[in-house]
Amino acid sequence: MIIDLPRFIETERPTWTELEKLLDKIDADFSRKMTLEEVQRFHLLYQKVSADLGRVATFAAEPDLKRYLESLTARAYGEIHETRSRGTKFRPGYWFVNDFPRAFRRQSGAFALVVIITFVAVIFGAFATALDEDAKAAILPAQFSHLLGDPAKRVAEEESAKSDRLQGEKATFASKLMANNIQVSIRALGLGVTFGIGTIINLFANMVSLGMLAVDYVRAGQTMFLLGWLMPHGVIEIPAILIASQGGLLLGKALIGRGDRAPLEARLRSIGPDLMMLIYGVAGMLVWAGIVESFLSQYHEPVIRYWQKITFGSFELVALVWFLWFKRIADPEEEKGIS
Amino acid sequence: MSGYLRIKTPEGITFSFQLAGPLVRCLAWIVDFFTIMIISQGVGILARIAGIVSEDLAVAVATLGYFTVSIGYGIITEWAWRGQTLGKRLVGLRVVDVQGLRLQFHQIVLRNLLRFVDMIPAFYLVGGLACYFNRRAQRLGDLAANTIVVYNAQHHEPDLDQLLAGKFNSLRQFPHLEARLRQRVSAAEARLALQALVRRDELEPESRIKLFAELAAHFRAAVVFPPEAVESVPDEQYIRNVVDILFRTRGPEAKPEREPAGAAG
Repeated sequence: MIIDLPRFIETERPTWTELEKLLDKIDADFSRKMTLEEVQRFHLLYQKVSADLGRVATFAAEPDLKRYLESLTARAYGEIHETRSRGTKFRPGYWFVNDFPRAFRRQSGAFALVVIITFVAVIFGAFATALDEDAKAAILPAQFSHLLGDPAKRVAEEESAKSDRLQGEKATFASKLMANNIQVSIRALGLGVTFGIGTIINLFANMVSLGMLAVDYVRAGQTMFLLGWLMPHGVIEIPAILIASQGGLLLGKALIGRGDRAPLEARLRSIGPDLMMLIYGVAGMLVWAGIVESFLSQYHEPVIRYWQKITFGSFELVALVWFLWFKRIADPEEEKGIS
Repeated sequence: MSGYLRIKTPEGITFSFQLAGPLVRCLAWIVDFFTIMIISQGVGILARIAGIVSEDLAVAVATLGYFTVSIGYGIITEWAWRGQTLGKRLVGLRVVDVQGLRLQFHQIVLRNLLRFVDMIPAFYLVGGLACYFNRRAQRLGDLAANTIVVYNAQHHEPDLDQLLAGKFNSLRQFPHLEARLRQRVSAAEARLALQALVRRDELEPESRIKLFAELAAHFRAAVVFPPEAVESVPDEQYIRNVVDILFRTRGPEAKPEREPAGAAG
């Protein structure tokens, strides 16, 4: 209990001021590392201010003083009790080649589920189209309505084109693809907040269209065109959407918490860094896919042979599989200070 | 709608954050929206410069520039300013970890990326509703990132000069009445008197006179001091004298020996 408030303030004020200055220093330069003596002093000051807050709180006569000490305690608490690395070094290349595949592998269970949902959706789309021609119009999103026509007719038009329809617009087209696809991926991940249901519906709807297109073009005898058209960018773009959905399912799983006794906050806290790395890697993949789709995928025979495009796509796929599953990634313990 | 989030530390100390409701957050968002528009205009100028090389490149720079700014603005500003965008700074808000811990970069990224979901179907309807109904006023992005938006409390050491100043206290001439006053005044009454003094400058002049008149009448009735001690003493000074007695066991020059019976509760 405080007997004499003014005396209490006069006695304790140096402690408060010292802690406030130390916190200001930390705020100003968060990469700054304290020495052992500084840490010990910081901890002592935190304990003293906490104790002062406790005394003022029981006294409850001076709200301004209480709020001031609360604000000091809250700031110091965040620094003292935080055990996670701050991860201040900005190393986008390192994140992409190490942290992204590490997060992917760590959460491979969610990816396996995504692959299963994708297969089911593709098969559903394929069967629906094979059994009912009218299903195409119902399945295909409005923005792809130009693909509703006869595949053979479209291939003939593409192959007989005399001019480059993307002449002078390739960079524009690529940028629009990147922005749109990254936005779609972020939404796929974000919809995980609906306990994963939104992510599953979104993924299913996208992949049903893929199954529909595949059957439509194969049935029309245009398999080589289809592979040559889709593979160069699709082998990167489609896995990117799947990885974003992997993040969505991960988020949904953390929210549901089945089989995990940790509280909700702890579950969400544990997956946060992986979610960030997954969407970061997806963005990188989609930048590449946008460039390839604009500068290569839209060109067909006789400009470029289909087998060349398919070979390019195959190489990309092999490289992606190696990168995500087999590439040696740096041990995080060896790389201190990286989030 | 706004409340408080109380956090109890392992040391047993409790502190609180005042949560920001959807309306005040909307104000901050409007500021940020216009800021993004202005930055995008800057990107547009860069795009026009790129247009000297190629019109195609100019449109690509503008498209990617606007996309990057709209996503990156919140991430970069909240990381650089420890949980604040320009809008939040102006409105006086801050993003903090839900457990009061240090805000992590991935939390900032997640809460900003999930805006795409909070914005569905338009004008942050989903996010606004989530924020309104959530007990911590979290939109979906905050929920996934374990963050809350709070009023940015900038508290400084309170000015207690009015308590520290040692003016003559006529009531102290009667120690037995001093003791009786301490005995009869409850802790709540003592706090009320102290608060009235601390916050006196926040009151309108008429309200201030009225409040101190009521308080003085109350304390004068509690213990009746001889007329020579209270005559010509204004109501506010009378309350100052009472507080001096209740919160200091002896005169200002003496060291305290024990807690006042009423005030220490």
